[in-house]
Amino acid sequence: MESEGAIKKFMYVNRKAPYGTIYALESLEVVLIGAAFDQDVSLAFIDDGVYQLAKGQETKGIGMKNFSPIYNVLGDYGITKLYVEKESLDARGLTLDDLQELVYEDEDDDWEEKPSIRVVSAEEIRDLMVEQDVVLSF
Amino acid sequence: MKLAVMVNEGPYQHQSADSAIAFVKAAIEKGHEVMRVFFYHDGVNNGTRYGVPPQDDRNITVQWGEIAEKHNIDLVICVAAAQRRGILDADEAKRHGKDGDNIAPGFRISGLGQLIEAGIQCDRLVVFGD
Amino acid sequence: MAMLHTVNKSPFEKNAAASCVKHVQAGSSILFIEDGVYAAMAGTEFADSVKNVMGDCKIYVLGPDVRARGLSEDNVIEGVSVVDYGGFVDLVTEHDNVQSWL
Repeated sequence: MESEGAIKKFMYVNRKAPYGTIYALESLEVVLIGAAFDQDVSLAFIDDGVYQLAKGQETKGIGMKNFSPIYNVLGDYGITKLYVEKESLDARGLTLDDLQELVYEDEDDDWEEKPSIRVVSAEEIRDLMVEQDVVLSF
Repeated sequence: MKLAVMVNEGPYQHQSADSAIAFVKAAIEKGHEVMRVFFYHDGVNNGTRYGVPPQDDRNITVQWGEIAEKHNIDLVICVAAAQRRGILDADEAKRHGKDGDNIAPGFRISGLGQLIEAGIQCDRLVVFGD
Repeated sequence: MAMLHTVNKSPFEKNAAASCVKHVQAGSSILFIEDGVYAAMAGTEFADSVKNVMGDCKIYVLGPDVRARGLSEDNVIEGVSVVDYGGFVDLVTEHDNVQSWL
């Protein structure tokens, strides 16, 4: 599926924890469909949104489907910019080690495997946000 | 300008739908075009024709239908979110073996691509949610 | 670029307003709508957070939502501008982009 005209910057802002509400899962579904449109996509994980990327999610006890493996395929879909806010991690006692290891293969660099998660400051997220054409909040 | 709106919550439960309607009306009054309103998450519940709100209160689903017809606005309900929540058109009902459909006049069910397309084609996309 | 941020939840219910003011860039604007209007009222514990960004950003509040909640437009934080839905639309089109804090 191709779109005509200039490429737009799309940012998906995730601020909510997974499972307590459906926003995390359904926002991921938008990202996957949106990947086919070849826009300049980034995901921002702020506030409780950082919890979405936590590793070791085991959902059998709550009877819900564990959708965290989907984050692993984002790289294959060309979604390589996952910005995780450091202040949000710090406030929750989390580090990068608590998050899933998400990678993509850089086709411009001999398919070298690189991390998709970029831990950045609130200031950097702020600067990224203001440059977007479309910001989707869930 | 060409505008798109996303509604993430159902009617009455949150103010999102009301705010979105007021915004859309104001945008049209200002001479802008509202190309599409995309309903996601519980927002798909704006599109059921079986709502019977109190007579002395606004009928949000009907308001959407009227404004869409009057100003040629595309009201799109996300198929995946709709399936989860039981908003079906005749085709969907048949496909899933359900004994009826409930989609309201003026709405159509389609994919998330319609949301992305609206973001690409419009000048601004405004999200109303919780 | 100048972004319009909208906030629709009370700062005492959710952290959307707090998070918004942390991420608003100088030159951008914030519009408080729905339950978010409480963030624009003078005399609350959140008022200082709003005042702190007012130097760099323009702050707006949706009048109909203020009046609906029994609040007075006279009681918004000084410097906050009251707009109607037409003003909301103008803010959207006058800014380069828009982000909703839910």
